[in-house]
Amino acid sequence: MTLNLTTEDQGLLSGSDGEATALAMRILVSAAELLGAQSLVQITSAHIDGCLYHGDGGVEFAEKLVASGGQVAVPTTLNVGALDLLHPGSVRADQSKISMAKRQMDAYVSMGAQPTFTCAPYQIGHEPGVGEQVAWGESNAIAFANSVLGARTERYGDFLDACCALTGRAPLHGLHIAKNREAKVVVDVTAVPDALTNRDVFYPVLGTWLGLEIGREIPLIVGLPPTVTRDQLKALGASAASTGAVALFHVLGVTPEAPTLDAVISKDRPVRRITLEPEMVRRALGRLTTADAAEQIDAIAVGSPHFSIAEFEALLKLVRGRCMVIPFYVCTARDTLRELEMRGDLHVLHKAGVEIVADTCVVVTPILPEGGSVLMTNSGKFAHYGPSNTGYDVVYGSLEDCVESAVTGSVVRTEGIWSW
Amino acid sequence: MLVPGSAEGRLLRLRAPISLWGGVDPRSGAIIDPRHPDYRTSITGMVLAMPGGVGSSSSSAIMLELLREGTAPAAVIMECADAILALGVLVSIELGHPACPVLEVELTALDGFSEGALLTITSEGRVLRS
Repeated sequence: MTLNLTTEDQGLLSGSDGEATALAMRILVSAAELLGAQSLVQITSAHIDGCLYHGDGGVEFAEKLVASGGQVAVPTTLNVGALDLLHPGSVRADQSKISMAKRQMDAYVSMGAQPTFTCAPYQIGHEPGVGEQVAWGESNAIAFANSVLGARTERYGDFLDACCALTGRAPLHGLHIAKNREAKVVVDVTAVPDALTNRDVFYPVLGTWLGLEIGREIPLIVGLPPTVTRDQLKALGASAASTGAVALFHVLGVTPEAPTLDAVISKDRPVRRITLEPEMVRRALGRLTTADAAEQIDAIAVGSPHFSIAEFEALLKLVRGRCMVIPFYVCTARDTLRELEMRGDLHVLHKAGVEIVADTCVVVTPILPEGGSVLMTNSGKFAHYGPSNTGYDVVYGSLEDCVESAVTGSVVRTEGIWSW
Repeated sequence: MLVPGSAEGRLLRLRAPISLWGGVDPRSGAIIDPRHPDYRTSITGMVLAMPGGVGSSSSSAIMLELLREGTAPAAVIMECADAILALGVLVSIELGHPACPVLEVELTALDGFSEGALLTITSEGRVLRS
């Protein structure tokens, strides 16, 4: 299979749009060949995950693009960096690391990307429409863009995300192509009681199980209520993309590509069917807690993916007039923070003891208290990455459980809802 | 060949797939994931054979760090093409840093070689005993 380039593609490659675009185009073309793409596709937006510092190479790459005149060719948002630029001093790192992490974030901003620094760009107005071709990085954002928005992206990561943004193109392969977006597995959750499917706490557990069960296949979930919220779908996708490589899931009657079974299931291909059993749910729930639940907790963190306004509204109801005795971190986007400030809600949170983390999150950079050992969270993604990235063991619970635990100082978990 | 080039090194077959991000320390080249069966083994200078890459797409960034730090494997042999690792090598080349060949080969083709055997990767992508 050979890659066919248009005259315009060829022009970019030979420097018609400057050296940075030519460099990005060389990498994009090599990647497209590796991926077996036959052509490139024009994209309408990008979300770059590459501004998180992993080492000096990432800074060198971004600054080389800047130095050779790099500018994004399409509207582009940025994922989290390694620093909270709004609360300097909250990240524990030596000065040289902090300076390199800052340079990496700055480099992408100077290429014209918006300084959003959020893993949930879809919550701050970056919402491509159904069928729109985009190039997004960050596993939860990819799952949300494909599944909930119906836009089309493959799983882009460091370097390639930037190359797509600078050239305005992506390799035409995988989920960019309609026929590759059909469901291969039907997951039937009809038997799960409403008492669970109506609660936020169910969705990270469902996602955790889903990712482990199906890996990188595309599922169609049948039997979720039509009232399922965007935050619940966000939590489902983020967890499934942590334990598996789920980049697209359909929910019958809910997500835009799945109004009917026939719309997402190919008639000529056999489809695997799985019915969700209580035991599967309990096993996934168990996996989200690594600490002995009776243990003392040292910190609580929510907001992975970044907290939405709706989630803040729920939190405000729970904490108003109360006082937390355990450090309670909420990770969110600076844009969401600004909206909270405008609504006058921020002081209520501060008064209750909530610490806001913006531009980054507690699992990608050292923010959690030093010497602590147990973290409680309502996030499946924090529960998955917490132990390896922070050294903390984790306890999983609902947002209500997290707040009650923070107020009383010891673990509170609502267990009864999990038996059916 | 996903990334062409020639190389020489000792064969290291990983007993499980690995995500370079969170799995390998770019400063030492050692496997740092305690859940991995080859925990603490160094991949530096080895002909690294594995079924495919898994996990985070940030692994391309770690591949670049390994090449910049001089802690990279001599070559990577994978059964399934993995653009993520290869991408880290392509960026390293663009930045003027070292590269290592990345090959897509059925791992059964390596059955005749004992663990630790000194292998040569030719520029045509053949794997030979040195």
